[in-house]
Amino acid sequence: MLLSRVADSLYWIGRYLERAERMARLIDVRLDLGLDRRASGWSFGRFYAVAHVDLPANPPENPAALVDALMFDTSKRDSVMACVNLARDNARQVREEITSEMWAQLNALFLRLKEVRAGNSGSARPHYVSRIVVEGVHLFDGVTDETMGHGEGWQFLQLGRYLERAGATAALVDLHFSGGPLLPASHTEWVGLLRSCSALEAYCRCYTADLRPERIAEFLLLNSEFPRSVRFAAARVESALRTIAVLTARGAGGRAERMAGRLHASLDYGQVDEILSEDPHVYLETIARHCSQIHAAVYQSYVMYSIESALPA
Amino acid sequence: MAAFVASSPLSPSPFGALFSTYEIDAPYDEMFERTGPARLHCQALFDELRHASNVELAQRQMEADKAFLTQGITFTVYGDNQGTERIFPFDLVPRMITASEWDTLERGLTQRLTAINLFIKDVYHEGRILAEGVVPRDLLYSCKHYRREMRGVHVHRDIYVSVAGTDLIRLEDGRFVVLEDNLRVPSGVSYMLANREVTKRVLPRLFDKYRVKPIAHYGQALLATLRALAPPTAGDPTFVVLTPGVGNSAYFEHAFLAREMGVALVEGRDLLVHDNIVYMRTTSGLKRVDVIYRRVDDDFLDPLAFRTDSFLGVAGLLNAYRAGNVSLANAIGTGLADDKALYAYIPEIIKFYLGEDAIIPNVETYLLSNPVHRQHVLANLDSLVVKAVGESGGYGMLIGPHSTAAERESFRAQILSDPRNFIAQPTLSLSRAPCFIDDRIESRHIDLRPYVLYGDRVTIVPGGLTRVALRKGSLVVNSSQGGGSKDTWVLED
Repeated sequence: MLLSRVADSLYWIGRYLERAERMARLIDVRLDLGLDRRASGWSFGRFYAVAHVDLPANPPENPAALVDALMFDTSKRDSVMACVNLARDNARQVREEITSEMWAQLNALFLRLKEVRAGNSGSARPHYVSRIVVEGVHLFDGVTDETMGHGEGWQFLQLGRYLERAGATAALVDLHFSGGPLLPASHTEWVGLLRSCSALEAYCRCYTADLRPERIAEFLLLNSEFPRSVRFAAARVESALRTIAVLTARGAGGRAERMAGRLHASLDYGQVDEILSEDPHVYLETIARHCSQIHAAVYQSYVMYSIESALPA
Repeated sequence: MAAFVASSPLSPSPFGALFSTYEIDAPYDEMFERTGPARLHCQALFDELRHASNVELAQRQMEADKAFLTQGITFTVYGDNQGTERIFPFDLVPRMITASEWDTLERGLTQRLTAINLFIKDVYHEGRILAEGVVPRDLLYSCKHYRREMRGVHVHRDIYVSVAGTDLIRLEDGRFVVLEDNLRVPSGVSYMLANREVTKRVLPRLFDKYRVKPIAHYGQALLATLRALAPPTAGDPTFVVLTPGVGNSAYFEHAFLAREMGVALVEGRDLLVHDNIVYMRTTSGLKRVDVIYRRVDDDFLDPLAFRTDSFLGVAGLLNAYRAGNVSLANAIGTGLADDKALYAYIPEIIKFYLGEDAIIPNVETYLLSNPVHRQHVLANLDSLVVKAVGESGGYGMLIGPHSTAAERESFRAQILSDPRNFIAQPTLSLSRAPCFIDDRIESRHIDLRPYVLYGDRVTIVPGGLTRVALRKGSLVVNSSQGGGSKDTWVLED
């Protein structure tokens, strides 16, 4: 038995850390590849679109300003630092549920980032800062798996992480395949997409270094083994929800679990040629919509349920 | 008077370099007789300290501090903007209490809490003690924490205060007296337990030389006390600890006690009241709650009944409580009995209900609502301690001998504008105990807060929290104002 508030906090720790890691990686990859560089200088309109963040009125005009805004600016809830802070705030409120090793690791990541920001050297070294975040989150995930019992609380952490991943990856792929004026498809752009998902090496092992859009789409959406593919994430979401339904003796066959099963099945049996020959945007938007519906269903079943539906028999 | 005060830093102390600045004068010294030698029960402690080097002790102190830090045993300081989490300073020299001293304290505390519970029940029901004029009505009804909502409410087994923290000090002649009662949500018990754990770890040899009464069963004793409060209808009762949340200065303690008892730690938003029954929201649905060990003040418990701006409480809790569907520890409205003006009446309250004299006396107290007392106090502000009656934690206090003329004037004005709000007491010299400070053993003022549990019977885990005023000469032991703590050893006979 888990307090709903505690389950909610664990879920969001998972989401926020996944979000922080993705943003850190995106900053690193796109600056490294110079994807947002024009003849006239840097232009980050496309960056903001890919990162799924609203373009501010005065967008940053150079890499250092971009890092300041999306890495360190805690007044924006999308920045890496803001996500880490939020994850830590949530962890502080469930100190009794997580292990002290998990707390120590998350706290260390937080302190490290704070130190870099205070030192004012971070914006000049995006790769360095990005590694701190990515490694910090990896360590946290490892410590979590190895020190926390894989019970209900752990399942909520997994649920948050993988639901966030499924939705965000689908949105990222969507942006690269649905065309639009923002995205001329270049070779570097495809490399950027794969690297943003930490998938370049894994793709090459699977398909060789021959980068073809339909293979990239197939890999990022439908690969069953690669942990950052949408299908893999959907499988984890479904398994977490199924376990939670059993452990809480509620919601078995409930809405959240059914929707996760449907999402997973649609990816299990998906065909990349069909997806691309019809309208990829519609398909990918459906995935994103399913993800937010699962989120709503989880809240309805476990966190914000109505009193009448949950009174003891 | 002074048995051995180093007249200059060079003159060797008879007890070695570590003690070269140790002072013994008017206040009672916990370790040494007035004439010099160590008290019998402190002999082994003294031997251990005398043969230790400052390097060794510093090493032990460091180990202890590190243990507190890694466990995250911290408290929050209000009104301090920078990094609000701090470690509660810990002194590694344990404070000793003999078996016979403890026996008296135990009897005295049991007597006091028994009478206080009878008193609270009486004043919320028939009010015999008021009718007989032992306690003045206007004094009682003007207590800040008197709750008219509790008039006539039946409290299961008439247990109002189930957890009390009574502050004791020791006068110059060695007698213990009660300085104040904490009958609402007394805190600090987690430090008592943590201090023992750490002391055992860093001073194992000393611990072996003594037979110290154990305290580790506090969590079970607290749970047993809560069990006694469970509404008779609850078959297998569910207990929770209610905390105001991470922002509270004692959040660590709330989480600690929940874990010690193996019960859920909840916030107000985790609870709801439906048809006068309290539930907590869990992922497995709503679960009925039977007993709430609440660490939230009355004012914030129920926005429908008390402060409407409170987000810490549970709407409808008071009604569920009045319907007898949930028990609270402590009950609502117990704070009237720890009002500092009402405190002056406790010996008479004990006499009234039990027909006995108080085993542990009170400190002489002047009520400023009394014109004769007031005149005396205002003429002697520089030698008295003045306290606001509804405050705790060392706030709202004037210590005459340590005050400035401006502070005294400010208190004079406050007293004249609201005399009922203040009491005064003589400046007492709290006893002093040896502490390891800056590479030396020095004496510092201390008090003692035992935790008294009242369920099926009164249970007092031997000892309590010994708080230390770490600043030299200071009499303020509160953690918010430069105080620390040390382990308290109640010795077997």
